[in-house]
Amino acid sequence: MRILSLSRLYRIKLEPRLKEPPGWYPPLVSFGAIVIALVFGGILIAFVGGNPFLSYAHIARASFGSIGVISDTLVKATPILMTSLACAIAFRMKLWNIGAEGQFIMGGFGAAAVVLTPILPPETPGWLFVPVMMAFGMAAGALWGFMPGFLKARFNVNEIISSLMLNYIAIAWINFWIFGVWSEGGFQMSPKFPKAAWLPRLLDFSDTIPLFRGLTTHTGMLIGIMAAVLLWLVVYRSRWGYEIRLIGDNPRAAQYAGINISRNTILVMMLSGMLAGLGGMTEVSGVVHRLQTSPLAAGYGFTGIIVAWLSKLHPLVIILVSILFGALLLAGREIQPSGIPKMIQGIILVCLIASDFLLRYQIRVSRAGVEA
Amino acid sequence: MDIVVILQAGVATGTVLLFATVGEIFSERAGVLNLGVEGMMLIGAMTGFSVAISTGNPWLGVLAAMLFSGIISQIHAFITITLQADQVVSGLALTFLGAGISLVLGEGLSKAGTVSLLPSMSIPIISQIPIIGSIFFTGQSIMVYIGYLMIPLAWYYINRTRPGLHLRAVGEYPAAADALGINVFQMRYLYVFIGGMLAGLAGATISLAVAPGWFSELTTAGQGWIAVGLVIFAQWDPVRAAVGSYAFGALRRLILDIQGPMLLFGFDNPFYYNPYWGFFLQMLPYAFTIVVLVIGSREAIRKRLGAPAALGNPYIRGERGL
Repeated sequence: MRILSLSRLYRIKLEPRLKEPPGWYPPLVSFGAIVIALVFGGILIAFVGGNPFLSYAHIARASFGSIGVISDTLVKATPILMTSLACAIAFRMKLWNIGAEGQFIMGGFGAAAVVLTPILPPETPGWLFVPVMMAFGMAAGALWGFMPGFLKARFNVNEIISSLMLNYIAIAWINFWIFGVWSEGGFQMSPKFPKAAWLPRLLDFSDTIPLFRGLTTHTGMLIGIMAAVLLWLVVYRSRWGYEIRLIGDNPRAAQYAGINISRNTILVMMLSGMLAGLGGMTEVSGVVHRLQTSPLAAGYGFTGIIVAWLSKLHPLVIILVSILFGALLLAGREIQPSGIPKMIQGIILVCLIASDFLLRYQIRVSRAGVEA
Repeated sequence: MDIVVILQAGVATGTVLLFATVGEIFSERAGVLNLGVEGMMLIGAMTGFSVAISTGNPWLGVLAAMLFSGIISQIHAFITITLQADQVVSGLALTFLGAGISLVLGEGLSKAGTVSLLPSMSIPIISQIPIIGSIFFTGQSIMVYIGYLMIPLAWYYINRTRPGLHLRAVGEYPAAADALGINVFQMRYLYVFIGGMLAGLAGATISLAVAPGWFSELTTAGQGWIAVGLVIFAQWDPVRAAVGSYAFGALRRLILDIQGPMLLFGFDNPFYYNPYWGFFLQMLPYAFTIVVLVIGSREAIRKRLGAPAALGNPYIRGERGL
């Protein structure tokens, strides 16, 4: 007598997808991947003695529970938005820029240099201060992106490792300035910037709109959203964006079409560094108001990689996803053990990559003996 | 500043890089790029230290570190070999995951107290050889000697044995290897596992021998990434990997030592009088990695050497290879 089992009755077969899945399918798969990631994360939290339900409920409450914490969530989301835009444009061309962290830090340095060198005197009005800081921040970030781009284009140096090494160099570089030259009374931070060098915050308008009292959301979020829209236009509506996408999808075809890959490698890495540098500028000028290592080298560049991947490199989706990750980082500060947000990010990324399989293959379950 | 002391310490710290680099060479020779070395090393360092504290036996720590890192590496193997996903992104994810897990499980471990370390020893007779004896064979941790043994063994295995030939075939032309009856998938899983175990060994070597303790992410401080860079410099050859690893180890030690004395080559030591200049010295290993990459890449172009041909590509049976 045959023992009937599921594996005898049904056969599971994997087939490559021949046509694009319907539009609702990829977001559903990503959503499913995140749910599974949170389940795994919960199991691990329980394993180290925490309560996963309380941890997750705490994350939700501490990041969206009131208008005050929503504002804080947006503040956290701003640097992530910039760095993930930076990663998205580079990844679109299959340039693995892992150096958004360093480019972000250098952006903060560039902006701070305007105040501290000083390039502009402290009495400068805000309308001049802020744009000049933005320009310097973006230039410093672009320089940090140029280096791995140039080395890749000229010597075929692996950009993953070179851009990552530059992260460590950037940290040592700003440490040099804040421990030594710009140190305020021996502390490991620069003096506070004059008010004119601060990005306007919502609470600055609380005299006219009382609702804004105490809200620290700054103009950086607005700048980030504008950058996202601009990037979307560049990538999906311009000739250059088409070239970038073509190189990313099929470098050989791009070469035959006469597209200069070396030039685009350098330009895209610079644009990527510029966006990350802009993020560093808004963080320094909108939140920290001085140059200091720990708030800048907080891993935004790495979170940006995950957010960009989760958003399928789409600039407008990135806006939304970075707010969610801002919430995770904000709430994560109070969760013990302190490594949990980082671990959850790692698990989410692993599950996302694994779930891509479902986009390329379909699983077909058929009755045994019946040929599909 | 004593040049012998620097080189001696360089060999010790370089052993960490050596294990990680050789592990990555095995994985890449089989055609799987694993960028998760940093994460696996953190897992190894955390596990090794933690197990050594709770059992009191550092060898159990080493064993557990290799096992746990090896298991973690199988996540990457599953995603890239079976699910055929992008190896770059999956490796990055593994780095995040490894860092996250080791931070969570290693919570409070930095204050856990002291642990019995792996033994150090001198080799009788050959440690008497002037200079070379005192650099390589005097008072080194047992891990250093294991490192010496591993270099020729790894080279011989890859270049002179039948399984080594299979390993190279799988990384160069998996379709042909498959046609010869070599199980490509199984081989790749195996060598990713070996790479993971060696990365775990590298981590445990830090936390139980070279720089004892658990300092969260500062334990490795990017050495896993330096190892990935060294593989390119080493042209996937264990002997060259050893040269690079020991040179990097010596550089790290030199940076520490150069900031100490008041006089440097008879001049006032600028790093002593302006301590924050030391940050430029801290940049050196990372800057040097980039330089080494440029050298390695140029040489590869000149000699027409290159990465294993199938590196980074999933093997899909029935599809046209390469």
